[in-house]
Amino acid sequence: MIARFPYRRFAGRIARHAILILTAAFALLPFVWMVSLSLKPPEEIFQADFHLWPTAFHGVENYRVALTAAPMFRFLLNGLLVCTAIFALQLLVCIPCAYALAKLRFRGRDTLFSAVLVGLLLPPQALAIPHFVLLNVFGLLDTYAALILPWVISTFGIFLLRQFFRSIPDEIIHAARLDGLGEFEIIWRIMIPMTTPALAAFGIFSIVAHWNDLFWPLIAVRSAEISTPALGILLFRDDEAGQFLGPLMAGAVIIVAPLLVAFLIAQRRFIDGLAVTTMK
Amino acid sequence: MAEIELRRIEKSYGETAVVKGVSLSIRDGEFLTLVGPSGCGKSTLLRIIAGLEAQDSGEVMVAGRCVDDKRPKERDVAMVFQSYALYPHLSVFDNVALPLRTRRLSFAQRLPFVGRAVPGRGGIEKVIRAEVEQAASMLDIAHLLHRKPGQLSGGQRQRVALGRAMVRHPAVFLMDEPLSNLDAKLRVQMRAEITALHRRLGVTFVYVTHDQAEAMTMSDRVAVMTAGELLQVGQPEQLYRDPQDLRVAEMIGSPKINVVSCDHWISLGASLPPGIDGNTTHLAFRPEAVGIAASGDRRLNGVVTSVENLGSDIFLNVALADGCGAVVVRTHPDISRSEPGRPVGLQIDPASLLQFDGAGMRLRQAEQVEAAA
Repeated sequence: MIARFPYRRFAGRIARHAILILTAAFALLPFVWMVSLSLKPPEEIFQADFHLWPTAFHGVENYRVALTAAPMFRFLLNGLLVCTAIFALQLLVCIPCAYALAKLRFRGRDTLFSAVLVGLLLPPQALAIPHFVLLNVFGLLDTYAALILPWVISTFGIFLLRQFFRSIPDEIIHAARLDGLGEFEIIWRIMIPMTTPALAAFGIFSIVAHWNDLFWPLIAVRSAEISTPALGILLFRDDEAGQFLGPLMAGAVIIVAPLLVAFLIAQRRFIDGLAVTTMK
Repeated sequence: MAEIELRRIEKSYGETAVVKGVSLSIRDGEFLTLVGPSGCGKSTLLRIIAGLEAQDSGEVMVAGRCVDDKRPKERDVAMVFQSYALYPHLSVFDNVALPLRTRRLSFAQRLPFVGRAVPGRGGIEKVIRAEVEQAASMLDIAHLLHRKPGQLSGGQRQRVALGRAMVRHPAVFLMDEPLSNLDAKLRVQMRAEITALHRRLGVTFVYVTHDQAEAMTMSDRVAVMTAGELLQVGQPEQLYRDPQDLRVAEMIGSPKINVVSCDHWISLGASLPPGIDGNTTHLAFRPEAVGIAASGDRRLNGVVTSVENLGSDIFLNVALADGCGAVVVRTHPDISRSEPGRPVGLQIDPASLLQFDGAGMRLRQAEQVEAAA
């Protein structure tokens, strides 16, 4: 069968790849444009005719401004600190919650899980004002804590990990209890090692979301010293925007780069984590 | 010394009663099998003994002490699961060593990361290594210790699970359908190995299975369960020859016992055996208690529908006339000359007829009458 229709198979492949390339191009175009703009001098950015590669290479200049006009390394460091803290605390909360919801039997468990689902439906923007007021009451606005605390309880994380924990057979947990492990030891020695792909996937979701988040830092933070990268590059935007578009794009490339690198490294795990069926 | 005593154990999930007042005593060092169809509550009962589930009422005593308020690890029981429940991320060695580590290492020595540095751990680890290696060589898995469970065959995983259970010398072994994931040949081999292990360890084994052949071949005693109730407990031989209940008779033995209702018996024109109890509604007889004869009056008559030749035996499936059910006859290959379509009469040994009343309970008086006659 396969040998008899090589042409049709070939055509099918071409069509499939054409569609994939088109969609990929559509998604990647803004990104390519951003890189292209970050290499152009200001005059060329607003020219009517479009070149992907600049006629006059201005990249060095733009990236120099991006790195020196604002404390870019400070922003990156802040981003690293905030994202790591958020993810670590999220795991601390989510893993025991997800374990309890997935594997322990107690009164009100299903109601609690419904509450988690409701939490999943709430857009974070809806909670921005209450969070702001609360942080103000505790005098925490414009601190690292203001950037971190509102995100520590992730309903998405609880939901995702619960689904993964459920896929681990009860018999394994029963065996662990008979072998003398306590519940926290079961989590540490059995559940976490068995669900690392899921934890990695959740990590990518969490870190990407908070690294790129502009909305909340814009509300919670004013000082440049604790700005996250996304907030930091706003400093390049002034009312006359045009002058600084090149450095702004260069800054954007710089803050996206770490994520891209991290994703490329963790790519395989990430995809494993999303394909639930790989659990065995 | 670890005899187990169950007293009126009840368990229900929501509205469904899974275990209905089961009382059972298991002797020290005995191999007792709980057998029953799936969903009859036998696995639940096993998990209640292990402490993995809490019963709604009733008591579990192990070695004369009530263990109801004890957690699984404090009950001195080990369990082998149907899926083996090995930890996939740990090597075979670590799987087997885990129960020893949790028992012998102190809380501080078991802490993540820092535990390794706590003094005294090295010495304990050395002892553990020796014991794991000893258990492994006993089960012939010593060469697999560095592998992960995913790299093992079903039979090897089964041995690792046994090793993990026996390495800490528990007083009671619980086994939940441990052989049902193996292929037929390996299953027969592992049956023998498990009984040999039981003989060598001399501790109490409680074994759950839905396979009556496993129950018959391995156990000292068999407890038959159906729908959450314990029907009969006895030696395999006794359950086969002398079942108390029609359901026990039907569950034990392969091919299944033949059951013909008295109404059918009469409507087929066969004479009921003498001395039959007035309350008898069903008569049952084992396939080997039937002989093939020429069809004739006052006999169960039927037509052979199929012949299964097993080499040593032949099973004849005989359809009774007028849709009154079917009967399996077990004969020797050299005796039987039957082929499908041939009308035959059944010659039943009256001494091996079992009588049951409408509720499926065994009636015995008639038998005594028979024996006297």
